Amino acid sequence: MITALAFYLFAALTVIAGAMTVTARNPVHSVLWLITAFFNAAGLMVLVGAEFIAMLVVIVYVGAVAVLFLFVVMMLNVDFAEMRAGFVKNFPLGLLLAAVLLGELLLGLGAWSAGGIQLGTADGSAAIPVDVSNTKAIGLLLYSKYLFLFEAAGILLLVALVGAIVLTHRKRPGVRSQNVAQQNARRPDEATVNVSPEVGQGVKL
Amino acid sequence: MTIGIEHYVTVSSILFVLGVLGIFLNRKNVIIILMAIELILLAVNINMVAFSSFLGDLTGQVFAMFVLTVAAGEAAVGLAILVIYFRDRGTIAVEDVNQMKG
Repeated sequence: MITALAFYLFAALTVIAGAMTVTARNPVHSVLWLITAFFNAAGLMVLVGAEFIAMLVVIVYVGAVAVLFLFVVMMLNVDFAEMRAGFVKNFPLGLLLAAVLLGELLLGLGAWSAGGIQLGTADGSAAIPVDVSNTKAIGLLLYSKYLFLFEAAGILLLVALVGAIVLTHRKRPGVRSQNVAQQNARRPDEATVNVSPEVGQGVKL
Repeated sequence: MTIGIEHYVTVSSILFVLGVLGIFLNRKNVIIILMAIELILLAVNINMVAFSSFLGDLTGQVFAMFVLTVAAGEAAVGLAILVIYFRDRGTIAVEDVNQMKG
């Protein structure tokens, strides 16, 4: 009973937050609704016993992705009222397409409930162990069967990191920054000069 | 009243469709489009985790992690492209983005 109540609470909040994300007037509000959607989706994942993925969603989505969005939205000085110009014009077509897509998805679900479609059965190679916590079970699978995929995911993140830095980095003119290589390459004979000034005259530097 | 797989699939379907709708509604605003893509990936994640739990197979949760990785990388690179585009043009209207010249 309490599970069903929690499910309906999380599900309703996720859907409402998702709807507000795409319809909110202010993009900052959009990001905040997106964070709400992420939190409630994490709640849904906890309900099915996938607490590791749920915490990962909170950390990665809320902690990194949503904050990145918030930074960019607040950093760019964009006239968002002008951006919404096509909103009303696109609304009927978008709604129609969405209704058709949702109808198709729910049709599949209805076919499954009526017995027309059979779900596949797991072959047992990655069965959930009974006496092991969710985190440990995922770790055991991830570091054995999916090790190379895991490494590939790491390389993907590295490429994304390097790509984002390379894209946004720029050399600004007129900024005097430290050039370590140049400093280290400096030799005494090009840094100092010997002068023998006349008596009574200063040194011209 | 028990909550079955169909409840989770319904929620993730609605969330997925909301993401697609968001792309159509906010045709001009790239930031909202990126957020809609995040919503779509979140719906996929809910689906994978629900199926993983109800079928008793951990593979779905492992792949949800990889989807999460892709979502994070995509957001980082997409927003980086957005920032340099805004720096160059002073606008982020998608309709003006029709040529891939430097």
